[in-house]
Amino acid sequence: MITQNKDMKSKFHPDKNGYFGQFGGAFIPELLHPNVQELADNYIQIIESSEFQIEYKDLLKEYVGRPTPLYLAKRLSEKYGAHVYLKREDLCHTGAHKINNTVGQILIAKKLGKTKIIAETGAGQHGVATATVCALMGLECTVFMGEKDIVRQAPNVTRMKMLGAKVVPATSGSKTLKDATNEAIRYWIQHPETFYLIGSVVGPAPHPDMVARLQAIISEEMKWQLKEKTGKENPDTIIACVGGGSNAAGAFYHYLDDENVELIAVEAAGLGVHSGESAATSQLGQVGIIHGSKTILMQDEYGQIVEPYSISAGLDYPGVGPLHAFLYESGRAKFMSATDQEALDAAFELTKIEGIIPALETAHALAVLDKITFRKDQVVVVNLSGRGDKDLEIYTKYLEA
Amino acid sequence: MNSIQELLQKKDKNVLSIYFTCGYPNLEDTTNVISALGESGVDFIEVGLPYSDPLADGPTIQESSHEALENGINLDVIFEQLKTIKETNKTPLIAMGYLNQLLKYGEDKFCQACVDCGIDTVILPDLPMVEFENHYRQLFDKYGLTNIFLITPHTSEDRIRKIDSYSKAFIYVVASASITGAKGEISSNQIGYFERIRAMNLQSKLIIGFGISDKTTFNTACSYANGAIVGSAFIKHLGTNGIGKIDDFIKPIIS
Repeated sequence: MITQNKDMKSKFHPDKNGYFGQFGGAFIPELLHPNVQELADNYIQIIESSEFQIEYKDLLKEYVGRPTPLYLAKRLSEKYGAHVYLKREDLCHTGAHKINNTVGQILIAKKLGKTKIIAETGAGQHGVATATVCALMGLECTVFMGEKDIVRQAPNVTRMKMLGAKVVPATSGSKTLKDATNEAIRYWIQHPETFYLIGSVVGPAPHPDMVARLQAIISEEMKWQLKEKTGKENPDTIIACVGGGSNAAGAFYHYLDDENVELIAVEAAGLGVHSGESAATSQLGQVGIIHGSKTILMQDEYGQIVEPYSISAGLDYPGVGPLHAFLYESGRAKFMSATDQEALDAAFELTKIEGIIPALETAHALAVLDKITFRKDQVVVVNLSGRGDKDLEIYTKYLEA
Repeated sequence: MNSIQELLQKKDKNVLSIYFTCGYPNLEDTTNVISALGESGVDFIEVGLPYSDPLADGPTIQESSHEALENGINLDVIFEQLKTIKETNKTPLIAMGYLNQLLKYGEDKFCQACVDCGIDTVILPDLPMVEFENHYRQLFDKYGLTNIFLITPHTSEDRIRKIDSYSKAFIYVVASASITGAKGEISSNQIGYFERIRAMNLQSKLIIGFGISDKTTFNTACSYANGAIVGSAFIKHLGTNGIGKIDDFIKPIIS
């Protein structure tokens, strides 16, 4: 099962109004109320149905290519003096963990009778994963993407178009992920018959919980894979990058209540946390509302949202999912950050010593290995959320520099 | 009694409300726009508090908000500006912004500032009913503030009845599944929806907004409700013609 036992009351599950502690809720214009309510009334029942489970698990196995390997990175382990495992989400079809969620949500959309799908995308990974499942199911797909991201992640734009999706540039604000999400929500308000296939653990309740449940397959597999390899289900430490936080939510999910598993969330520090060009939300934000959710948000003293910055299009988001805000506030997860440069260095290091080119987002998670002192026998899992093909242009510049 | 409620008791037909963006087109225009609108015969005014990420607004209000923020507008400046006309302004004002502004400014501080400026009514399009019930009703009551709820073509009858019971001034009837600034005529579908709402015999007054742009759409809206709100079309006029020509926009609508 991808969901927790019903009898198990976890403080990391949302309450009936979609709150994780003080974070979450559904702060949406009235027009979206029927859509959001319909989803809230049905998503758990659908996800827990055997019909869904059979179809979802079958697609994950035969189409996505799961389970993804849990790979003991020997040379990386040697270098950092710990047992470092990589959860290879980069080997998923379409190149990142994003498809775990889109496969699940497209089945939910179909169950609810929706035929038109919209999505937002930052790095383009979620857009590609959405366009892919829409092609698979023969559904109409529109993806909103920041104008700036369309330029810096061009290969993914071509992929989406090949897959039959319409890519709509978001031209407001910083022209990145936040603005793509704004445009997707505005479109949704004007076309309430569409299904908004959100790409991260953000947005109004129940979206954050739904996406976390669909990404939970990552930690579900980690449990039995670790048991096979180490004799224990639990690692000592799990490291994942956080923009909105979907890959981290999936990697943490089944370990949230095991307080002895250390959870490390890595945010993008851009040019430095306090440089004014950063996306390290937990360090720079305060309680606020973005995209329908109360969370930690980068904003000025009047509540105007501050434009974030990161070299990575998947991490430059001024908020963070409400579950992560709660993990931060409660101290359950440790929040660290990596700069553009540290991420680039980490990407090249992994490529050189393990032969794996990671996505720039993922490289942020890898970058903190150098900032932690490990015990020799420490079992560390880094969630390798995506592969780096889409980032070759930036990597090319780095090589030439 | 709430100032809008009082107004709607005296006048319950063809009520015209105008939305404008504070600090637009120039930082100092806030009070001038209010005065000019009042003199033109507008019945009440929605004072738009510019926000960086206005999810319920179309391009026109997004752009005016962006320009106003670039001009240096913020809540402190707005409340200072409004205080200067508190004694002279006779047109009821409604503050319209997004919940995060109130949250970050400080909920109590925001409410008190509204009171200090003579504002007793607020519209927060992203404040859902459940949050109102759980927290904001009590907060607003403490300051004597009235919250305006929006209904849409997709709001269920049960929910409309509940909103009706919470509404003290009027219900904001969103004319279509739309963000602000929708264009064109009012369709037969919309008429059907207006008729359905009217037939519910709600205790609240009804004001229609979103997509009301000129005399024709205003008149149509007013034949199904107590009045209507014009926003984006006015902002466009203001952006093109400046604050000297406000009469040219208002007079044709109310003539």
